[in-house]
Amino acid sequence: MSELDPPYRFPDYRSTAFRSPSKALVMPPAGLTELTGPRFGHGDVRDSDADLTVHGSSEAIGERIIVHGRVTDADGRPVRHSLVEVWQANAAGRYIHQGDQHPAPLDPNFVGAGRCLTDDEGRYRFTTIKPGPYPWKNHTNAWRPAHIHFSLFGRAFTQRLVTQMYFPGDPLFYQDPIFNSVRDERARKRMISVYDHTATRPEWATGYRFDIVLGGAEATPVEDGEA
Amino acid sequence: MTEYTYEVTDTSTSAGPTPSQTVGPFFHYALPYEHGPRLAGPDRPGVFRLAGRVVDGEGNGVSDALVEVWQADEQGRFVTEPGVYAEATGAGFRGFGRCATDFDGRFELHTVKPGRVPTVEGRQQAPHLAMSVFARGMLRRAATRVYFDDEADANAVDPLLVSVEEGRRATLVATRAEDGYRFDVHLQGDRETVFLDVFAR
Repeated sequence: MSELDPPYRFPDYRSTAFRSPSKALVMPPAGLTELTGPRFGHGDVRDSDADLTVHGSSEAIGERIIVHGRVTDADGRPVRHSLVEVWQANAAGRYIHQGDQHPAPLDPNFVGAGRCLTDDEGRYRFTTIKPGPYPWKNHTNAWRPAHIHFSLFGRAFTQRLVTQMYFPGDPLFYQDPIFNSVRDERARKRMISVYDHTATRPEWATGYRFDIVLGGAEATPVEDGEA
Repeated sequence: MTEYTYEVTDTSTSAGPTPSQTVGPFFHYALPYEHGPRLAGPDRPGVFRLAGRVVDGEGNGVSDALVEVWQADEQGRFVTEPGVYAEATGAGFRGFGRCATDFDGRFELHTVKPGRVPTVEGRQQAPHLAMSVFARGMLRRAATRVYFDDEADANAVDPLLVSVEEGRRATLVATRAEDGYRFDVHLQGDRETVFLDVFAR
């Protein structure tokens, strides 16, 4: 098990108490079941799925941002044509979810879910709204730093990753047990995007770069050229 | 045009894998999709319901978990045609499935029993699915396999099953039910499911 990932049980994050496996993990024999995974095609996504700001009758409210980066494997090879799913709170820190009871406004022009495929170089790009921080009940006056949830498939079951992207300089990092469940400081900082002025579009949106490195083995590390 | 550049503290990041974080409680409007639970079309011979429950260490159903499976077809071949969100119509087969749990932790998938898939070393394995469980309160996914209780001979020599202590093997085996199979995932406790280390990096 990688030391870089958070443990299943992290007492500061209270919900892990009864949801954390406690027995030693078992290493499966290497076989195609875990070394392969679903393939994705352009039928899976529409171009508009990568712009979270255009699904209402008018502009979504908040700070428009461009989030982009590259998905690579542990050896630095691009992960091509692979699905990236994102979801997030709106600018006020509210999710369009019936379970979210935070008394902040919903934005009728912002759902907060998107998806895209990585390109030939493993790159992805979303246009969205900078999410707000929001309170939760983990501890007294607990607030989640602003974040965007990311779901990645890579090329194999072993590479499947769900993570969160954070924003640089967030003052709420110090009190967030989810962010700090990653105990290795350098690994933890890899979840923080970097402000990227080269991705900023004049008179339109600021840019953030978030590169993602997937671990895990796969069956076909060579280029297969397939979508 | 003038550009300004002032020196600021370097925030560059280090190389290495991106850590896992919890899927959180609010994924329902983003990840589940209409055809997610159906890997095999209704007309495919042998299609069955694989139903179960995700249960926490106190015995309560986990109402905000997401279950995913990946498997071979009946001949032990993995789907390579792209497309996962599309519906598996007729006798079609997709290989990947996803289902969010309901208020009581229940999930259900519609699929077929995969053929046998050898290990990379050429050892035969019993029919099985790969399964991931994500949930609020899980900082990383739990990965496991789903075997079938009517494959006793194949299960008896399966390299993974025989490597697991005997008393825990049953946690990896779906049991025959009226319209398919039943497979519960116990995240913790006396009946904790055997979870796999697929995180090698």
